[in-house]
Amino acid sequence: MLKEIRPAVVLLVALTIVTGLVYPLGMTGIAGVLFPVQAQGSLIEKDGKVIGSALIGQAFTSDRYFHGRLSATTAPDPQDATKSVAAPYNAANSGGSNLGPTSKALAERIAADVEALKKDNPGAAVPVDLVTTSASGLDPDISPAAALFQVLRVAKARGLPENRVRALVEAQIKGRTLGLLGEPRVNVLELNLALDGLTS
Amino acid sequence: MTFIGWIQIALFCTIIVALTPIVGGYMTRVFTGERTLLSPVLRPVERLLYRLGGVDETREQHWLTYTVAMLLFHVAGFVILYAILRLQDVLPFNPAAQGAVAPDLAFNTAISFITNTNWQNYGGESTLSYLTQMLGLTHQNFLSAATGIVLAVTLVRGFARTSAKTVGNFWVDMTRCTLYILLPVCIVFTLFLVWQGIPQTLGAYVDATTLEGGKQTIAIGPVASQVAIKMLGTNGGGFFNANAAHPFENPTALSNFVQMLSILVLGAALTNVFGRMVGNQKQGWAVLGAMGALFLAGVLFCYWAEAYGTNMLNALGITGGNMEGKEVRFGIVGSALFAVITTAASCGAVNAMHDSFTALGGMIPLINMQLGEIVIGGVGAGLYGMLLFVILTVFVAGLMVGRTPEYVGKKIEAREVKMAMLAILVLPLMILGWTAIAVAYPPAVASMANAGPHGFTEVLYAYSSQTGNNGSAFAGLSGNTFFYNLSGAVAMFVGRFWVIVPAMAIAGSLAQKKMVAASAGTFPTTGGLFVGLLVGVILIVGGLTFFPALALGPIVEHLAMQAGQLF
Repeated sequence: MLKEIRPAVVLLVALTIVTGLVYPLGMTGIAGVLFPVQAQGSLIEKDGKVIGSALIGQAFTSDRYFHGRLSATTAPDPQDATKSVAAPYNAANSGGSNLGPTSKALAERIAADVEALKKDNPGAAVPVDLVTTSASGLDPDISPAAALFQVLRVAKARGLPENRVRALVEAQIKGRTLGLLGEPRVNVLELNLALDGLTS
Repeated sequence: MTFIGWIQIALFCTIIVALTPIVGGYMTRVFTGERTLLSPVLRPVERLLYRLGGVDETREQHWLTYTVAMLLFHVAGFVILYAILRLQDVLPFNPAAQGAVAPDLAFNTAISFITNTNWQNYGGESTLSYLTQMLGLTHQNFLSAATGIVLAVTLVRGFARTSAKTVGNFWVDMTRCTLYILLPVCIVFTLFLVWQGIPQTLGAYVDATTLEGGKQTIAIGPVASQVAIKMLGTNGGGFFNANAAHPFENPTALSNFVQMLSILVLGAALTNVFGRMVGNQKQGWAVLGAMGALFLAGVLFCYWAEAYGTNMLNALGITGGNMEGKEVRFGIVGSALFAVITTAASCGAVNAMHDSFTALGGMIPLINMQLGEIVIGGVGAGLYGMLLFVILTVFVAGLMVGRTPEYVGKKIEAREVKMAMLAILVLPLMILGWTAIAVAYPPAVASMANAGPHGFTEVLYAYSSQTGNNGSAFAGLSGNTFFYNLSGAVAMFVGRFWVIVPAMAIAGSLAQKKMVAASAGTFPTTGGLFVGLLVGVILIVGGLTFFPALALGPIVEHLAMQAGQLF
C-alpha cells in the first residue's frame, strides 16, 4: 500500500498543474485572441467609458427608460458588514429572492407591484416577468409583452409618438434560437440605448 | 405548457440517445487501453506522467489496493484545496482582494469539491480569488469527475471479467480519463462557451457607469474554462453565486441547451460502455431505458407544475407560469428541464432558483436526489448507483421464483446483495438523520428563509443534495453556519465514500466469479419486463423511505397553497 503514496502525490501535483493552471490559462490566451469582446465580458462603451455589459441587466427606475425584471440582489450593509441591504442589479453578488410559492412576503410584493403597474397601462394584462424577480438578479432581458406593456409610459415621458416607440421595441425583439430554443426576448439595455438614439 | 416546449424536450432526448453509442464506443476504447484518434498527441504526455509517478501501467490492482489508491488521492487533494482556500489572500491572481476563507467554510468547501458535490455555502464572486477558482476548484472538478467515471468502469469490469484477481489500475484509469476524455472535450466546449458570451479573463472586476448614471461593478474572471468541466463532470459548482442562471455562466438559449446535453452525455454513454464491456449492448440500453422512463416522468411533472404557476399569481390574473426566480431567456420549459436534468445527474448547477419553484415542481428535483441520482446520474456515480439497484432487482426477481439470481452471466449472491444494501442505506441515514437533527436544533432552524413547510423543505433539500453529492440548493437556507458547514461536510463525505467502498467490494467479488451460461431459467435482463421491475424497485425503495418526509414538506405545502394559506 505504501508504494501507492508516490503516484498519489506526484500524479495529483502533475494533474493539478495541467487542469488547474495550464488548461484555464491556455484557454484564457486562446479565447482572448479568438473572441476578444466576449472574453472580457461583452462590455459596451460610450464616449470611451464602460456603461455596462450587453449580457448583464442594470437598474432602470426613470419613466423615460424601459425597466427590466425585478432584482433581489443585495450588498453588505455599509453600517454593519454582517448584514446585507437590498442593492438591485449588483453584478458583484448575483442571486434570487428564494421566496417560495406560499410566502406571504412574496404575495404582498407581487400584489403591490401589480397595482402600481396597472396605473401605467390600465386595461392591459400585467406580464408575469415584470412582477417576478429573476434567478440571477441580473437578467438582461424582458419578454416582448413586458416591453410592449411599457410603451405607453415611455412614450409619454419622452413626448414621443406611441407608434414610434412601439416600432422601436418590435425591431429589438429577438426570436427563439434556430426558431426553437429558449424564449423570445428583448434586451433592456440595448433597447434603452436605441431609445436614447431615437430622441437625439 | 406549449408545443414548442415539448419539441425542445423531444429534441434533447433524441440527441442524448444518438450520442450514447458514439461516445460510449470512444470511452470503451479509452478504458480498454486501445489506440484512439488522440493517441499520437496524448500518448507521450501519458507516458511522461507514469514515469514521474513511478506507475507501471501494465500492473493491475486488487480491488482493495485500487480503493486505497483512490482514497489516498482524495486525502492529498483535500489537503491542497483546503490550503489554497485558507491562503488565497496571500496567493497570486486575486485582483478583487478576497480574504482567506474561514476554517469551517473552507472545510465544507474542500469536502464538497473532492466529493463531486460542489455544494456552495458561499457566493463565488464575493468570496473566492481567481487562483482558488482555477487551481483549487477547476482542477478538483476534473479529478472528482474522473474518479466517478473510473469507479463505474471498475464495477463494469467486475461484471465483465472471469476469475480475475484484479480490477484495473487506478492511476492509469485516472490519467487516461482526464487526458483522453475530459480535457479534450472541455477545450472545445470552453471555446464554444466564450463564443456564446462567457468571459474568460484574468482582468479585474469592471466598474461601469450605467445609463441612469449609477455605479455597477461587474464581476468577471476565468469563467468559461470552469463552466465547461462543471457541466461535463456533473460537478455543478458555479463561478458565480447564481450559478448557471447568471448571464455570464449561461448567456443564451443555445448555451443553455448545450450545457444541458453536456450534463447527461457522459453518464448516458457509460451505460453503453457497460453494454459493450459485458458483450451485449442491449444490457446497456435496458439500463438506460429504465433511467429514461424515470427521467421523462420527472420532466413531464415538473414542467406541468411550473407552467401551471402558483395560486397567488393566478388569483391576480397573471398568466405565463411561475417566473419567480427564473430567467426570461430560458423561460418555463428551459428552467424545468434544466432542474430535472441537474438533479437526475449529480450535477447541481441551477439555471433557476429551485427555492422559488412551486411546491410540486420543486419536489421533483428533491425526489431525483433521494432516489440516489441514478436517473443517468453523475458521471460514473449514476451507473454504479444504478447497478446497485439492478443487483437488488435481480435479487427480488430471484426470490420470486426461488432461484439464485444472475446478471450478465454472474451469480448474484449474499455478499453482493449485502454490499448493495449497505450502500443504499446511506441515503436515509444521512438525509433523514441530519434533517431530523437540524429541525430540532434552534440555531439550524433560524437559517431557514421561508416559514412553514417550505422552510422544512429547504433543510430536507440541503441534506438530500449533499448526501447525493448533487450540490444544488433551495438557496434561501443560510448554510454558512458552523452547524451546516460541519454536518453538510459529513453528509457529503459519507454519501460519497459509503457508496463507493461497497461498490468496489462488489466489483472485486464479481471479478473473481466464473461466467454462468444463460439457460432457460435465466431472467432476461434486456427486455421490458426487467426495465419495469427495475423502475418499480427504485420507486418502492425510494417511496417507502422518503414519502413521510415529502408529505411534511412539498405535499403539505401544495395543499396549503390550494387552500390559499400563506406563511
